[in-house]
Amino acid sequence: MILDSKIPAGPLSEKWTKHKFNSKLVNPANKRKYEVIVVGTGLAGASAAASLAELGYNVKAFCFQDSPRRAHSIAAQGGINAAKNYQNDGDSVFRLFYDTIKGGDYRAREANVYRLAEVSVNIIDQCVAQGVPFAREYGGLLANRSFGGAQVSRTFYARGQTGQQLLLGAYSALSRQVANGKVKLYPRTEMMDVVVVDGHARGIVTRNLITGAIENHAAHAVLLCTGGYGNVFFLSTNAMGSNVTAAWRAHKRGAYFANPCYTQIHPTCIPVSGDHQSKLTLMSESLRNDGRVWVPATKETADKLRKGEIKANDIADKDRDYYLERKYPSFGNLVPRDVASRNAKYVCDEGRGVNETGEAVFLDFRDAIKRDGEDTIRAKYGNLFDMYQQITGENPYQVPMMIYPAVHYTMGGLWVDYNLMTTVPGLYALGEANFSDHGANRLGASALMQGLADGYFVIPYTVGDYLAQIGPKPVDVNHPEFQKAANEVKDRINKLLSIKGSKTVDYFHKKLGKIMWDECGMARTAEGLSKAKAEIKALRAEFWKDVKVLGENEELNQSLEKAHRVADFLELGELMIDDALNRDESCGGHFREEYQTPEGEALRDDENFAYVAAWKYTGDNQEEELHKEPLEFENVKLTQRSYK
Amino acid sequence: MKLTLKVWRQKNNTDKGGFVSYPIDGISKDMSFLEMLDVLNEELSDKGEDPVHFDHDCREGICGMCSLFINGKPHGPQQTTTCQLHMRSFNDGDTITIEPWRAKAFPVVKDLVVDRSSFDRIIQAGGYVSVNTGGVPDANEIPIPKRIADEAFDAATCIGCGACVAACKNASAMLFVSAKISQLAMLPQGQVERKERAEKMIAQMDSEGFGACTNTGACSAECPKGISLTNIARMNREYFSAVVSSENV
Amino acid sequence: MDCLLAVPNVNLASVIENIRFTPILKNHMSWVTKTLSSTLGRKLIMALTGLFLILFLVGHVSGNLLLLKGDEGKSFNIYAEFMTTNPAVKLLSYLTYISVIGHVIYSIILTRKNKSARPIAYAETKASTNSSFSSRNMGILGTIILVFLMVHMQNFWYQMHWGDIPTVTYDGETYKDLFAVVSFSFQNELLVLGYVIAMGFLAFHLSHGFASAFQTLGLNHKKYSPAIETVGKIYCVVVPALFASMPLYIYFTS
Repeated sequence: MILDSKIPAGPLSEKWTKHKFNSKLVNPANKRKYEVIVVGTGLAGASAAASLAELGYNVKAFCFQDSPRRAHSIAAQGGINAAKNYQNDGDSVFRLFYDTIKGGDYRAREANVYRLAEVSVNIIDQCVAQGVPFAREYGGLLANRSFGGAQVSRTFYARGQTGQQLLLGAYSALSRQVANGKVKLYPRTEMMDVVVVDGHARGIVTRNLITGAIENHAAHAVLLCTGGYGNVFFLSTNAMGSNVTAAWRAHKRGAYFANPCYTQIHPTCIPVSGDHQSKLTLMSESLRNDGRVWVPATKETADKLRKGEIKANDIADKDRDYYLERKYPSFGNLVPRDVASRNAKYVCDEGRGVNETGEAVFLDFRDAIKRDGEDTIRAKYGNLFDMYQQITGENPYQVPMMIYPAVHYTMGGLWVDYNLMTTVPGLYALGEANFSDHGANRLGASALMQGLADGYFVIPYTVGDYLAQIGPKPVDVNHPEFQKAANEVKDRINKLLSIKGSKTVDYFHKKLGKIMWDECGMARTAEGLSKAKAEIKALRAEFWKDVKVLGENEELNQSLEKAHRVADFLELGELMIDDALNRDESCGGHFREEYQTPEGEALRDDENFAYVAAWKYTGDNQEEELHKEPLEFENVKLTQRSYK
Repeated sequence: MKLTLKVWRQKNNTDKGGFVSYPIDGISKDMSFLEMLDVLNEELSDKGEDPVHFDHDCREGICGMCSLFINGKPHGPQQTTTCQLHMRSFNDGDTITIEPWRAKAFPVVKDLVVDRSSFDRIIQAGGYVSVNTGGVPDANEIPIPKRIADEAFDAATCIGCGACVAACKNASAMLFVSAKISQLAMLPQGQVERKERAEKMIAQMDSEGFGACTNTGACSAECPKGISLTNIARMNREYFSAVVSSENV
Repeated sequence: MDCLLAVPNVNLASVIENIRFTPILKNHMSWVTKTLSSTLGRKLIMALTGLFLILFLVGHVSGNLLLLKGDEGKSFNIYAEFMTTNPAVKLLSYLTYISVIGHVIYSIILTRKNKSARPIAYAETKASTNSSFSSRNMGILGTIILVFLMVHMQNFWYQMHWGDIPTVTYDGETYKDLFAVVSFSFQNELLVLGYVIAMGFLAFHLSHGFASAFQTLGLNHKKYSPAIETVGKIYCVVVPALFASMPLYIYFTS
């Protein structure tokens, strides 16, 4: 199959406008005859479900949480980018586009990214109209900050809880449509499979997490807004329930999975404290605007520090290594996430890490507090400091924070065309679940932007185009394909429950996570990856022989829920490794140690790897088939990233 | 640390339920409370017993899903979410009692898991500004004084966990409802539907079976986000002025 | 409303509900009844009646201070006569009766609703760490005060209106000698003790009720609330203390 990205012809800045005009429209009176399924109610899902319902479609919205408001978009802290240029500092749609392409290490599609930058301005308008309480200046207008390596202030924020406020905005729009009867909500319901009839996605199979009932839902189109797969690493900043199951089921039904190896490691997380750790907590990287990152200049000092012989504040400036400021004088502490993360790993590998495990660096606010006063720092970061103190028991106003990188976001995801449609017609992927806009690395404050762009401003047009083409003929939920898919789901449940092995689901998840973090994390090698592939295969085989899933299907059964998710992670993990092995270059969130510049920076191979790697599922325990979508850059010049 | 956990176990909504005591050992002070329960559940699973079911998701204090009543207080001894509570708040040898939120409007689903969809229905009754996607004015055409924006934000930080209901002796949802009514009553965007919103959300709150407010202040004292009681006063004002002046006869 | 009407067990509160909402009214509930039967409407009634009773107590305690005047009860008896015969005062007294009855009835309705909102109690609560004793026990405190009120009204109010009490003559006019009744009653140390203790309960009830009424009315503002709270704190000590001082004074001076 040839991957057709369906990028409209014409100049970059006119593509989206032209495409919208060329899209077919559904007659307003006919919209009520269409059913659309939206899986996931985060920023992408809630905004899509609300917008489509407003247009008149009948929407069914599914989430595994007890309420749509709990989707993990809620945890995003820092902000949302938009090319408003309210600050008169030289921002523009083109600059946001350019920064995003460059930040993504030239591994994203130009047309998609330009559209993202273009609709970013509408998102802010929409959210403000909904009553989202963004930060404001004393004059009453919106405040902005510079964020995550951007040279302009284009990030809108609501203290450290921007994701929460945006999600509650989208949730309120969704709630309004529930009240209007246009959206039917299915909370505590997990999507177990996609139903494909005659090559088109026609519905899903779900499991009611309270009763265990397996149910079929038919629709004219299915939208997967199910987030990323960072939990394949067991420890990540994702929510405990975040999973790849919906995307992976779709993948097995024919949707290609693109660039699975692109994983963003976030530099400012609270370090791991021990084996009991169940998840990692991120602190907004806005902290890097004022905090200075350092480790002791020598291993000896670091050793003393770890043994508790000296305290961080006792170390004189000359004995500190502000390594980001030293290596990247113009960007300093604000280098992109991957650069910041990798450098933290390097200094810790050198034995200069600062906590008991040796896997942490300092983020110090001493100078900022001296310069601006504690009150100013508290006003900016108060909630983050409180959170840090709550978790670690240390007061960051007095002692430097400790941070370490953690898996945070996955740029890869289901392959989609310009319309956000996967390789299965009628099946769409939005937000983090797709691969489309961030290339090999996502800029800070761009995830919220993409989720809402897809849901509010892209999908209402593109799904309409598809629906108009297929017509409003009702979809038959009694089609044998539904029964078949439901039976397969039931079989899988019975299989999991009947193994009655000796090891818990978490045992396998932790083992998988360790393999992935060690060999497919911040730095990867062909040798390590090959070893990891074999380990995962063995682990997967062991899982299906020896996993212990207690209880029954017909009840709330959290072990069973987890078992499903981990089973899929065990398959995805191997694909990530295949992808990382295939990509013999370093770019963004994929760093192969074999491919680096003499300064230790990621070394891209644009000649051979300027493509999207889209993987086709070929059957259980079979090698997946690679399809390449070449990336063409007509509007930007490919350069080696340099943040010196 | 060595602890005794007295946990509410209830197979399903119709089961009567009761407490079961579990001894647990080897708990580190750095663990979060939920990680301590993870340890318990791994042990129970190893023994072939059904793990204790509890709601949790983000484990960073913002999704509002975790909801345990620990030693007589929602989210335990600190004013935070259960997931942000750490074992350093307890002492070796402690007995810890863990119960689900108790309210008619929050029926128990299983063990410590309750159904809080009543909160969703209250929001559906009017906790929004009725604007469709697209066709809205430029964001900076709606100037909002910083003070108002900040106060609206303070109300909007509610995470919908239900600790207010759990803490209240009357299982009242006033703090939750007032936070949303306040946020939108303060902002210019919320003015158009201001009266109708107050009337509808309060009617829905009443029909869900929550109790009344005795102004004890327990809700605010236990709220992980410190939502203030002034919101309840504001909601009362909003409601009284709405009922005497709205078009809704 | 429906949920309350649906509760089958008949008691005082549901009888009241049913009287007020006959089937016809139920279908054509006006906005007023609808409002007053909402949780907030009921709280409004509690607050307004409570505040009226707070005002009443100010009047009551001021008048009763005449007991302490030392004129053998002359001023007090004249005042008592005035209070039972003046038409304006009569109107106020009816308002007071209504307030008391309304406050009691609505507290029953609300308490019932509140109890039904949590059918299964917690095994353990540490409510003392998040709220004051008074605020959690308004119902119990109120019930004790209600019992006191009945005893108190039987002691004096009933006697004044319908009892067979002695009379005195001042300047040719005959007055009921309520002062004598009061003086006689407060020879009984048990009654004095009962009154003093009851005023303690009243103080606790007011210590929460005063500011709470304003909060319910929506009057919470950083400019005014501190003043309301201060006045409330002074009120809840001074008024019950003055009331309590009267039986004590009479007991120890006669």
